[in-house]
Amino acid sequence: MIPSAFEYHRPGDLASAIGLLTDHGDEARVIAGGHSLIPMMKLRMAAVGHLVDLQAVAELKGITVEGGRVTIGAMVTQAELIGHEGLARAVPLLREAALQIADPQVRYVGTVGGNVANGDPGNDMPGLMQCLGASFTLVGPGGTREVAARGFYHGLYATERADDEILTRITLPVAAGGYAYEKQKRKIGDYATAAAAVLLTKSGGKVASASIATTNLSDVPVWSEAAAAALVGSDCGAAAVKAAVAAMLGDIDPQKDNRGPIEFKRHVAGVILGRAIARAWARA
Amino acid sequence: MGKKMQVSLTVNGEVHEVLAEPRELLIHTLREKLGITGPHIGCETSHCGACTVDMNGRSVKACTVFVAQADGAEITTIEGLGGPDGLHVLQRMFREHHGLQCGYCTPGMITRAHRLLQENPQPTEEEVRFGMAGNLCRCTGYQNIVKAIMAAAAEMNAKEAAE
Repeated sequence: MIPSAFEYHRPGDLASAIGLLTDHGDEARVIAGGHSLIPMMKLRMAAVGHLVDLQAVAELKGITVEGGRVTIGAMVTQAELIGHEGLARAVPLLREAALQIADPQVRYVGTVGGNVANGDPGNDMPGLMQCLGASFTLVGPGGTREVAARGFYHGLYATERADDEILTRITLPVAAGGYAYEKQKRKIGDYATAAAAVLLTKSGGKVASASIATTNLSDVPVWSEAAAAALVGSDCGAAAVKAAVAAMLGDIDPQKDNRGPIEFKRHVAGVILGRAIARAWARA
Repeated sequence: MGKKMQVSLTVNGEVHEVLAEPRELLIHTLREKLGITGPHIGCETSHCGACTVDMNGRSVKACTVFVAQADGAEITTIEGLGGPDGLHVLQRMFREHHGLQCGYCTPGMITRAHRLLQENPQPTEEEVRFGMAGNLCRCTGYQNIVKAIMAAAAEMNAKEAAE
């Protein structure tokens, strides 16, 4: 379990980090918490010539909640996210979900930026960020651009981020209303067999707005507009939930793996979405 | 062979300068270069928690940290918990409540429990179970580990109240 050799860099600011990516091209990879990358390197499924450690880049740290907008630095850890009271008031969905990621040791080190940028369908933050309507800031040698979370994921480990860009921060609106992140996993530390994020607002006993996304049920996170549309205007009763589940099942494409066959995953997906909607509605 | 680099680690209050390839895992540096063999290698895949050490005030799995990333870090291992006057209260309580059988997971368990009680000095049983979820034990069934941690918390709080 020893990775192949690499040269280690610890730049002190963002410009130096991008300079290293430009200088070393394909050979370079950034490392945040490393709890996805290091296991891949140990298995020699990822070979890195130049490892660019972002731990000393101050621009990538910190959480701000201001004027209805939330900004999360890419190097904020899951533990820091969980511990931030202002964020928990502004977007309680994030704390609920982060507490279901891996285990305490991994949450101390694993970062929000790494989780969203990695492109592994098992990561929880991508679906959440799609549900929340977040956008990601990418900085590269050509400048800075903003990409919506809903347009960021192209396939397994394939994202909108170019090799010489760094995802520096995540911006999202404060989320009012009911929320839930429901995750089925085989054991602590495992990725989801199926997970769903739900945001709902209520007006006059009806669903006024809804946003629904799933984790690990396709090669990318799935933001299901059809599932949300099935709820809006309804009383969120059994018929509406059934319609939303059916719509979500039309959007996902789970694959058979050691978490189970396709039929099982579709079954679990329906159950967890039903639970997530019920919990979000009770909180709306 | 990769190029070696000079790494500075403060382990249990003592500064060590080591020459290592950046790809070396922190657990190997501790065990093989510094002879600090309390943290164990269990699964080596960041699941079991036997290699847990405290790094800059956070519980981390030393099998999933490159030594290069730890350059400049303050690290505490099980060896740093007991004082010159004997065992740490967590160690005493693990012994008293039979919180171990084979003992392989115990250094990681106690090092993690120590950080948990620093952050949450009066945890509920549920909080202890949630906070210890990154450490696996294949012998005890966890019941007595939880009891030992609850007892240690009670003694630490009683001592603090008396002071």
